[in-house]
Amino acid sequence: MEVPILKQGAYLIASIQSALEDDDLVRLRDALTAQVGRARSRGVIVDVTALDVMDSFATRTLSELASIIRLRGAEMVIVGIQPEVAVALARLGLNLEGVATVLDLEEGIAYLNYKAHAPGREKNPRGQI
Amino acid sequence: MAQLRTRENLRPGSEPGSPQQLLSALVDHLRQNRTPLCEEWVQRITEARVLTAMTREEVFAEAIAVYNNYVDALESGTMETLQAYARNLSERIIPRGVETNEVIGIVLLLRDVLARSLFAKYQADFTVLNRILDAYEPAANRIANTVAVGFVQEKERVIREQQEAIRVLSTPVLQVRERLLILPIIGVIDSQRARQLTEQLLRGIRSNRAKVVVIDITGVPVMDATVANHLVQTVEATRLLGAMVIITGLSPEIAQTLVTLGVDLSKMNTVGDLQGGIEEAERLLGYKVLPVSELPHTE
Repeated sequence: MEVPILKQGAYLIASIQSALEDDDLVRLRDALTAQVGRARSRGVIVDVTALDVMDSFATRTLSELASIIRLRGAEMVIVGIQPEVAVALARLGLNLEGVATVLDLEEGIAYLNYKAHAPGREKNPRGQI
Repeated sequence: MAQLRTRENLRPGSEPGSPQQLLSALVDHLRQNRTPLCEEWVQRITEARVLTAMTREEVFAEAIAVYNNYVDALESGTMETLQAYARNLSERIIPRGVETNEVIGIVLLLRDVLARSLFAKYQADFTVLNRILDAYEPAANRIANTVAVGFVQEKERVIREQQEAIRVLSTPVLQVRERLLILPIIGVIDSQRARQLTEQLLRGIRSNRAKVVVIDITGVPVMDATVANHLVQTVEATRLLGAMVIITGLSPEIAQTLVTLGVDLSKMNTVGDLQGGIEEAERLLGYKVLPVSELPHTE
């Protein structure tokens, strides 16, 4: 199951359509890492709206991906975590620490724009407004 | 009449005077005399001063329907149709304020009216009367039982619905500015309420596209480790939806409890009172509230 990666200006959008196996996630991670360099993107949006379940492997892989993307000079944001998934992740303590998470695609683009126009700004210690 | 009677099982039989034949005779008699018996029943209902919430015409119309269902149930011996009718009737009359004692009362009145008409018809032959009653009484008792239970179950269903509505209304999620929600919590939070609260909050964040939520716990008297953990998890789940939580109204006791419990407070953003919380939220969202006098050049 290959995840489609779309280019939107300076950003890449990976839209996960259905539940992913572990190696699909790994492939996605590798694909995004490569494409960020090729397309010289400033930001990556991973859209998980369609996922009704996320396990520890998924959260760990996405956390790693965020760190890798940052090392390559771009920002990553996860959009569309469903309420049921959020509750489950919170309960299991899989909190995607250090990864920006926002409500939807619109917010995701707004977040990346904010980050792009203030590259020197530290993440607000109280949150991610 | 205080004799010991053996209760015969109702078996289909073709012998004269078999229970089945008696039952048929009974049912025919009740059907043929429906109108006078119904009128007598309604008369008794009026005299007993029950169903005062309904007009005489309404009572009579329902009485005919109940009577028909009653006689059908006597004939078939099965209660399903009657159960369904009892539920339907209850759904209609409960909102009219009809009470349980009234429903049981009228069913028993009908039982009495029909029994009296049987006494009148078979008074010449005591043996036959006894056997008719053998067929009638168990069935009539089952019917009274079915109707009463149906009514009570319907009442319980209404009560459960109302409790659920109260539970939902007691934790309203309110939008006070664009992208800003308040969740005022009043009363004790148990695990179930905490779960329901979190669900409502997340749904509210999604539909209002909120970025900041102020959870006010001024009205929460007690907090324990379980509730504190629920709160922390709610804050976490909210963050995953891209919103921020400010908790306000921690009493000194609750603040002390949280510290003693060793709850991870770094994850929680707290402000003393609701006013402070809203002001902080507005600041984060980029709002600035000024008195009109400070605005430049207003009319």
